[in-house]
Amino acid sequence: MIYDLAIIGGGPAGLTAAIYATRASLKTVVFEKMTCGGQIIESKKVDNYPGLPHISGAEFAEKLQQQAEELGAEIEFEDILSFEKLGENFKLRSDDAEFEARAIVMATGVAPKHLEIPGEAELIGRGVSFCATCDGNFFKDEAVAVIGGGNTALYDAIYLSDICSKVYLVHRRDEFRGDSVLVEKLRAKENVEFVLSAKPIRIEGESRVEALIIEQDGGEKALAVSGIFEAVGHSAQGSKLNSELKTDETGYLIADEKLQSSIPGVFLAGDLRQKRVRQLTTATADGAECISSVLEYLKK
Amino acid sequence: MKKISAEEFNTLVRESKGDVYVDFFAEWCGPCKHFSPIVGVVAQDETVYQVDVDEEKALAFEYEVMSIPCLILFRDGKEYKRSVGVISEKEIRGMKQ
Repeated sequence: MIYDLAIIGGGPAGLTAAIYATRASLKTVVFEKMTCGGQIIESKKVDNYPGLPHISGAEFAEKLQQQAEELGAEIEFEDILSFEKLGENFKLRSDDAEFEARAIVMATGVAPKHLEIPGEAELIGRGVSFCATCDGNFFKDEAVAVIGGGNTALYDAIYLSDICSKVYLVHRRDEFRGDSVLVEKLRAKENVEFVLSAKPIRIEGESRVEALIIEQDGGEKALAVSGIFEAVGHSAQGSKLNSELKTDETGYLIADEKLQSSIPGVFLAGDLRQKRVRQLTTATADGAECISSVLEYLKK
Repeated sequence: MKKISAEEFNTLVRESKGDVYVDFFAEWCGPCKHFSPIVGVVAQDETVYQVDVDEEKALAFEYEVMSIPCLILFRDGKEYKRSVGVISEKEIRGMKQ
Protein backbone atom coordinates (compact mmCIF):
# COMPACT_ATOMS: atom_id res chain seq x y z
CA MET A 1 0.00 0.00 0.00
CA ILE A 2 1.39 3.36 -1.03
CA TYR A 3 -0.43 6.30 0.52
CA ASP A 4 -0.67 9.59 -1.32
CA LEU A 5 -0.11 11.38 1.95
CA ALA A 6 1.22 10.40 5.37
CA ILE A 7 0.46 12.86 8.13
CA ILE A 8 2.62 12.50 11.22
CA GLY A 9 0.73 13.74 14.26
CA GLY A 10 -2.99 13.66 15.06
CA GLY A 11 -3.46 17.05 16.68
CA PRO A 12 -5.61 19.87 15.25
CA ALA A 13 -3.12 20.65 12.44
CA GLY A 14 -2.71 17.01 11.40
CA LEU A 15 -6.41 16.17 11.56
CA THR A 16 -7.36 19.31 9.63
CA ALA A 17 -4.79 18.36 6.99
CA ALA A 18 -6.44 14.91 6.89
CA ILE A 19 -9.88 16.47 6.35
CA TYR A 20 -8.62 18.59 3.46
CA ALA A 21 -6.56 15.76 1.96
CA THR A 22 -9.38 13.21 1.98
CA ARG A 23 -11.76 15.76 0.49
CA ALA A 24 -9.20 16.20 -2.28
CA SER A 25 -9.36 12.40 -2.82
CA LEU A 26 -5.88 11.71 -1.50
CA LYS A 27 -5.36 8.29 0.07
CA THR A 28 -4.42 9.57 3.52
CA VAL A 29 -3.08 8.07 6.71
CA VAL A 30 -2.53 9.85 10.02
CA PHE A 31 0.12 8.43 12.32
CA GLU A 32 -0.48 9.23 15.95
CA LYS A 33 1.77 7.83 18.65
CA MET A 34 -0.71 8.05 21.52
CA THR A 35 -4.05 9.74 21.25
CA CYS A 36 -5.53 12.18 18.77
CA GLY A 37 -6.00 15.80 19.77
CA GLY A 38 -2.57 17.00 20.80
CA GLN A 39 -2.17 19.59 23.52
CA ILE A 40 -5.72 20.88 23.21
CA ILE A 41 -7.11 17.88 25.11
CA GLU A 42 -5.67 19.46 28.25
CA SER A 43 -7.78 22.62 27.84
CA LYS A 44 -10.91 22.51 29.94
CA LYS A 45 -12.58 25.14 27.82
CA VAL A 46 -11.69 26.66 24.45
CA ASP A 47 -12.99 30.19 24.13
CA ASN A 48 -11.06 31.51 21.16
CA TYR A 49 -11.96 29.13 18.36
CA PRO A 50 -14.45 30.86 16.07
CA GLY A 51 -17.94 29.41 16.09
CA LEU A 52 -17.42 26.90 18.90
CA PRO A 53 -17.44 28.94 22.12
CA HIS A 54 -16.93 27.08 25.42
CA ILE A 55 -16.20 23.71 23.83
CA SER A 56 -13.85 21.53 25.87
CA GLY A 57 -10.51 20.68 24.30
CA ALA A 58 -11.24 16.97 24.60
CA GLU A 59 -14.59 17.31 22.81
CA PHE A 60 -13.04 19.47 20.10
CA ALA A 61 -10.43 16.78 19.50
CA GLU A 62 -13.05 14.00 19.39
CA LYS A 63 -15.13 15.88 16.82
CA LEU A 64 -12.09 16.60 14.68
CA GLN A 65 -11.00 12.95 14.72
CA GLN A 66 -14.53 11.78 13.93
CA GLN A 67 -14.77 14.21 11.01
CA ALA A 68 -11.43 13.08 9.55
CA GLU A 69 -12.36 9.39 9.89
CA GLU A 70 -15.83 9.88 8.41
CA LEU A 71 -14.20 11.44 5.37
CA GLY A 72 -12.00 8.39 4.94
CA ALA A 73 -8.72 9.20 6.67
CA GLU A 74 -7.06 6.18 8.23
CA ILE A 75 -5.63 6.67 11.70
CA GLU A 76 -2.77 4.40 12.69
CA PHE A 77 -1.50 4.40 16.23
CA GLU A 78 2.18 4.21 15.40
CA ASP A 79 5.14 6.21 16.64
CA ILE A 80 7.01 7.21 13.49
CA LEU A 81 10.69 7.33 14.38
CA SER A 82 12.22 8.27 11.02
CA PHE A 83 11.54 8.79 7.34
CA GLU A 84 13.64 9.03 4.21
CA LYS A 85 13.12 9.46 0.51
CA LEU A 86 13.67 6.29 -1.47
CA GLY A 87 13.16 6.83 -5.20
CA GLU A 88 9.89 8.66 -5.82
CA ASN A 89 8.35 7.94 -2.44
CA PHE A 90 9.02 8.33 1.25
CA LYS A 91 9.57 5.40 3.55
CA LEU A 92 8.39 5.94 7.12
CA ARG A 93 9.47 3.68 9.97
CA SER A 94 8.11 2.96 13.42
CA ASP A 95 9.91 0.52 15.71
CA ASP A 96 8.24 -2.48 14.11
CA ALA A 97 6.65 -1.41 10.83
CA GLU A 98 7.32 0.41 7.57
CA PHE A 99 4.98 2.55 5.49
CA GLU A 100 5.25 4.24 2.13
CA ALA A 101 3.80 7.55 1.01
CA ARG A 102 4.21 9.99 -1.85
CA ALA A 103 4.24 13.07 0.39
CA ILE A 104 4.42 13.84 4.08
CA VAL A 105 2.83 16.44 6.34
CA MET A 106 4.60 16.75 9.66
CA ALA A 107 2.28 17.96 12.41
CA THR A 108 4.18 16.67 15.40
CA GLY A 109 3.53 19.74 17.54
CA VAL A 110 5.40 20.74 20.63
CA ALA A 111 6.01 19.27 24.08
CA PRO A 112 6.26 21.15 27.36
CA LYS A 113 9.78 22.01 28.44
CA HIS A 114 10.92 20.85 31.83
CA LEU A 115 12.88 22.92 34.34
CA GLU A 116 15.52 20.18 34.55
CA ILE A 117 16.47 20.94 38.12
CA PRO A 118 17.30 18.46 40.90
CA GLY A 119 14.26 16.73 42.37
CA GLU A 120 12.00 17.39 39.39
CA ALA A 121 12.16 14.06 37.58
CA GLU A 122 11.59 12.03 40.77
CA LEU A 123 8.54 14.08 41.76
CA ILE A 124 6.67 14.26 38.43
CA GLY A 125 3.18 13.02 39.22
CA ARG A 126 3.89 13.48 42.93
CA GLY A 127 3.36 17.23 42.99
CA VAL A 128 5.19 18.31 39.86
CA SER A 129 2.63 18.81 37.11
CA PHE A 130 2.38 20.18 33.58
CA CYS A 131 -1.42 20.37 33.48
CA ALA A 132 -3.20 22.66 35.94
CA THR A 133 -6.69 21.74 34.76
CA CYS A 134 -5.96 18.01 35.15
CA ASP A 135 -4.27 18.11 38.51
CA GLY A 136 -5.33 21.33 40.25
CA ASN A 137 -8.04 19.60 42.29
CA PHE A 138 -5.48 17.40 44.02
CA PHE A 139 -4.15 20.55 45.70
CA LYS A 140 -7.40 21.95 47.04
CA ASP A 141 -6.72 24.37 49.94
CA GLU A 142 -2.98 23.81 49.67
CA ALA A 143 -0.15 26.12 48.58
CA VAL A 144 1.24 25.70 45.07
CA ALA A 145 3.71 27.40 42.77
CA VAL A 146 3.20 28.19 39.10
CA ILE A 147 6.40 28.73 37.15
CA GLY A 148 6.55 30.80 33.99
CA GLY A 149 5.74 34.20 32.56
CA GLY A 150 3.61 33.50 29.49
CA ASN A 151 -0.14 33.20 29.07
CA THR A 152 -0.18 29.52 30.03
CA ALA A 153 1.41 30.32 33.39
CA LEU A 154 -0.98 33.23 33.94
CA TYR A 155 -4.06 31.19 33.06
CA ASP A 156 -2.83 28.35 35.28
CA ALA A 157 -2.33 30.75 38.19
CA ILE A 158 -5.85 32.19 37.75
CA TYR A 159 -7.37 28.70 37.59
CA LEU A 160 -5.44 27.46 40.62
CA SER A 161 -6.16 30.59 42.71
CA ASP A 162 -9.81 29.50 42.87
CA ILE A 163 -8.86 26.06 44.21
CA CYS A 164 -5.70 26.48 46.25
CA SER A 165 -5.11 28.44 49.45
CA LYS A 166 -2.03 30.17 48.04
CA VAL A 167 -0.46 30.50 44.61
CA TYR A 168 3.12 31.69 44.16
CA LEU A 169 3.69 32.88 40.61
CA VAL A 170 7.40 32.40 40.05
CA HIS A 171 9.06 34.06 37.09
CA ARG A 172 12.71 34.57 36.26
CA ARG A 173 12.14 38.12 34.97
CA ASP A 174 10.50 41.13 36.60
CA GLU A 175 7.80 41.46 33.96
CA PHE A 176 5.52 39.04 32.14
CA ARG A 177 5.43 38.00 28.51
CA GLY A 178 1.72 37.18 28.84
CA ASP A 179 -1.26 39.51 28.47
CA SER A 180 -1.38 42.46 30.88
CA VAL A 181 -5.12 41.92 31.44
CA LEU A 182 -4.33 38.51 32.96
CA VAL A 183 -1.56 39.99 35.10
CA GLU A 184 -3.99 42.60 36.42
CA LYS A 185 -6.54 39.92 37.19
CA LEU A 186 -3.91 38.08 39.22
CA ARG A 187 -2.80 41.24 41.03
CA ALA A 188 -6.35 41.63 42.30
CA LYS A 189 -6.34 38.18 43.90
CA GLU A 190 -5.42 38.12 47.57
CA ASN A 191 -4.05 34.60 47.58
CA VAL A 192 -1.64 35.14 44.68
CA GLU A 193 1.92 36.25 45.41
CA PHE A 194 4.29 37.31 42.62
CA VAL A 195 7.81 35.98 43.07
CA LEU A 196 9.77 37.80 40.39
CA SER A 197 13.40 37.78 39.24
CA ALA A 198 13.55 34.35 40.82
CA LYS A 199 15.15 31.20 39.46
CA PRO A 200 13.91 27.78 40.58
CA ILE A 201 16.95 25.71 41.48
CA ARG A 202 15.70 22.63 43.34
CA ILE A 203 12.57 20.75 44.30
CA GLU A 204 12.51 19.10 47.70
CA GLY A 205 10.35 16.30 49.04
CA GLU A 206 10.57 12.62 49.90
CA SER A 207 7.58 10.92 48.32
CA ARG A 208 5.82 14.15 47.34
CA VAL A 209 6.69 17.79 46.77
CA GLU A 210 7.34 19.71 49.97
CA ALA A 211 9.20 22.83 48.80
CA LEU A 212 10.43 24.74 45.80
CA ILE A 213 13.84 26.28 46.33
CA ILE A 214 14.47 29.48 44.41
CA GLU A 215 17.42 31.79 43.97
CA GLN A 216 16.46 35.44 44.45
CA ASP A 217 18.45 38.57 45.35
CA GLY A 218 21.62 36.52 45.58
CA GLY A 219 20.27 34.09 48.15
CA GLU A 220 18.22 30.89 48.40
CA LYS A 221 14.63 30.85 49.56
CA ALA A 222 12.24 27.98 50.17
CA LEU A 223 8.61 28.20 49.16
CA ALA A 224 6.58 25.65 51.12
CA VAL A 225 4.32 24.19 48.44
CA SER A 226 2.81 20.79 47.74
CA GLY A 227 2.28 21.38 44.02
CA ILE A 228 4.48 22.86 41.31
CA PHE A 229 2.90 23.65 37.96
CA GLU A 230 5.46 24.22 35.24
CA ALA A 231 4.61 26.42 32.25
CA VAL A 232 8.05 27.34 30.99
CA GLY A 233 7.51 27.02 27.27
CA HIS A 234 7.59 24.28 24.70
CA SER A 235 10.02 22.58 22.38
CA ALA A 236 9.21 21.55 18.81
CA GLN A 237 8.95 17.83 18.15
CA GLY A 238 9.91 15.94 15.04
CA SER A 239 13.23 17.39 13.92
CA LYS A 240 14.91 14.07 14.68
CA LEU A 241 12.84 12.19 12.11
CA ASN A 242 15.23 13.21 9.34
CA SER A 243 18.62 14.90 9.67
CA GLU A 244 17.96 17.13 6.63
CA LEU A 245 15.12 19.00 8.37
CA LYS A 246 16.24 22.55 9.05
CA THR A 247 15.42 24.28 12.33
CA ASP A 248 15.93 27.76 13.72
CA GLU A 249 18.16 28.47 16.73
CA THR A 250 15.30 27.63 19.12
CA GLY A 251 14.57 24.27 17.50
CA TYR A 252 11.42 25.14 15.54
CA LEU A 253 11.32 23.66 12.04
CA ILE A 254 11.63 26.02 9.11
CA ALA A 255 9.09 26.03 6.28
CA ASP A 256 8.90 28.20 3.17
CA GLU A 257 5.85 30.27 2.20
CA LYS A 258 4.16 27.12 0.86
CA LEU A 259 4.76 25.38 4.20
CA GLN A 260 7.29 23.06 2.61
CA SER A 261 10.17 22.05 4.87
CA SER A 262 13.80 21.91 3.78
CA ILE A 263 12.97 18.52 2.23
CA PRO A 264 10.86 18.71 -0.97
CA GLY A 265 7.62 16.79 -0.50
CA VAL A 266 7.65 17.19 3.29
CA PHE A 267 5.31 19.91 4.55
CA LEU A 268 4.91 21.41 8.02
CA ALA A 269 1.67 22.25 9.82
CA GLY A 270 1.01 23.55 13.30
CA ASP A 271 3.06 24.50 16.32
CA LEU A 272 6.25 22.68 15.32
CA ARG A 273 7.16 25.27 12.71
CA GLN A 274 8.77 28.67 13.13
CA LYS A 275 5.95 31.23 13.23
CA ARG A 276 4.60 34.11 15.25
CA VAL A 277 1.30 32.82 16.61
CA ARG A 278 0.68 29.30 17.90
CA GLN A 279 -3.03 28.90 18.47
CA LEU A 280 -5.72 26.39 17.58
CA THR A 281 -6.84 28.62 14.71
CA THR A 282 -3.34 28.90 13.24
CA ALA A 283 -2.78 25.15 13.60
CA THR A 284 -5.96 24.30 11.70
CA ALA A 285 -5.17 27.03 9.14
CA ASP A 286 -1.78 25.40 8.53
CA GLY A 287 -3.46 22.03 8.12
CA ALA A 288 -5.71 23.41 5.41
CA GLU A 289 -3.07 25.49 3.66
CA CYS A 290 -0.40 22.84 3.40
CA ILE A 291 -2.73 20.52 1.48
CA SER A 292 -2.80 23.00 -1.43
CA SER A 293 0.98 22.70 -1.53
CA VAL A 294 0.81 18.91 -1.22
CA LEU A 295 -1.56 18.76 -4.21
CA GLU A 296 0.74 20.98 -6.22
CA TYR A 297 3.74 18.80 -5.30
CA LEU A 298 1.95 15.56 -6.19
CA LYS A 299 0.99 16.88 -9.64
CA LYS A 300 4.64 17.39 -10.59
CA MET B 1 -13.03 -1.96 31.69
CA LYS B 2 -14.58 -2.22 35.09
CA LYS B 3 -14.71 0.81 37.34
CA ILE B 4 -14.12 -0.32 40.92
CA SER B 5 -14.76 1.06 44.39
CA ALA B 6 -12.24 1.18 47.24
CA GLU B 7 -13.90 -1.92 48.70
CA GLU B 8 -13.55 -3.85 45.47
CA PHE B 9 -9.98 -2.59 45.17
CA ASN B 10 -9.10 -4.55 48.31
CA THR B 11 -10.09 -7.90 46.85
CA LEU B 12 -9.44 -7.32 43.14
CA VAL B 13 -6.11 -5.51 43.44
CA ARG B 14 -4.54 -5.71 46.90
CA GLU B 15 -5.24 -9.42 47.30
CA SER B 16 -4.52 -10.29 43.68
CA LYS B 17 -1.77 -12.52 42.33
CA GLY B 18 0.03 -11.52 39.18
CA ASP B 19 -0.29 -8.25 37.29
CA VAL B 20 -3.19 -5.81 37.52
CA TYR B 21 -3.28 -2.34 35.96
CA VAL B 22 -5.31 0.40 37.64
CA ASP B 23 -6.16 3.56 35.72
CA PHE B 24 -6.85 6.47 38.11
CA PHE B 25 -8.99 8.98 36.24
CA ALA B 26 -11.69 11.65 36.56
CA GLU B 27 -14.74 12.31 34.42
CA TRP B 28 -13.78 15.97 33.84
CA CYS B 29 -10.19 15.24 32.80
CA GLY B 30 -9.65 15.66 29.04
CA PRO B 31 -6.43 13.62 28.77
CA CYS B 32 -8.11 10.83 30.82
CA LYS B 33 -10.91 10.60 28.25
CA HIS B 34 -8.35 10.19 25.50
CA PHE B 35 -6.28 7.73 27.51
CA SER B 36 -9.21 5.46 28.28
CA PRO B 37 -9.48 3.86 24.79
CA ILE B 38 -5.74 3.11 24.80
CA VAL B 39 -5.99 1.37 28.17
CA GLY B 40 -9.12 -0.32 26.82
CA VAL B 41 -7.07 -2.05 24.13
CA VAL B 42 -4.68 -3.42 26.76
CA ALA B 43 -7.69 -4.55 28.80
CA GLN B 44 -8.61 -7.02 26.06
CA ASP B 45 -5.83 -9.34 27.23
CA GLU B 46 -4.71 -7.92 30.59
CA THR B 47 -6.51 -7.27 33.86
CA VAL B 48 -7.29 -3.56 34.01
CA TYR B 49 -9.56 -1.64 36.40
CA GLN B 50 -10.43 2.02 36.64
CA VAL B 51 -10.71 4.13 39.79
CA ASP B 52 -12.54 7.47 39.69
CA VAL B 53 -10.44 9.78 41.88
CA ASP B 54 -13.46 11.94 42.70
CA GLU B 55 -15.44 8.97 44.00
CA GLU B 56 -12.49 7.35 45.74
CA LYS B 57 -10.52 10.29 47.11
CA ALA B 58 -9.04 8.35 50.04
CA LEU B 59 -7.69 5.64 47.74
CA ALA B 60 -6.13 8.22 45.40
CA PHE B 61 -4.61 9.94 48.44
CA GLU B 62 -3.27 6.66 49.82
CA TYR B 63 -1.44 5.95 46.58
CA GLU B 64 -0.35 9.60 46.30
CA VAL B 65 -2.04 10.07 42.96
CA MET B 66 -1.55 13.76 42.21
CA SER B 67 -1.60 13.80 38.42
CA ILE B 68 -4.08 12.10 36.16
CA PRO B 69 -4.35 9.99 34.15
CA CYS B 70 -2.17 7.87 36.41
CA LEU B 71 -1.72 4.22 35.57
CA ILE B 72 -0.31 1.97 38.26
CA LEU B 73 0.76 -1.59 37.58
CA PHE B 74 0.31 -3.77 40.66
CA ARG B 75 2.23 -7.03 40.91
CA ASP B 76 0.97 -9.47 43.52
CA GLY B 77 -1.00 -6.64 45.09
CA LYS B 78 1.90 -4.21 45.43
CA GLU B 79 2.73 -1.18 43.31
CA TYR B 80 5.32 -2.26 40.75
CA LYS B 81 5.41 0.69 38.34
CA ARG B 82 3.46 3.84 37.64
CA SER B 83 3.08 6.18 34.75
CA VAL B 84 1.58 9.67 34.61
CA GLY B 85 -0.05 11.27 31.59
CA VAL B 86 -1.14 9.74 28.31
CA ILE B 87 1.17 6.97 27.12
CA SER B 88 0.99 4.55 24.22
CA GLU B 89 -0.24 0.96 24.24
CA LYS B 90 3.35 -0.23 23.81
CA GLU B 91 4.49 1.84 26.77
CA ILE B 92 1.68 0.41 28.90
CA ARG B 93 2.71 -3.12 28.01
CA GLY B 94 6.36 -2.16 28.56
CA MET B 95 5.62 -1.36 32.21
CA LYS B 96 5.61 -5.10 32.90
CA GLN B 97 9.34 -5.37 32.24
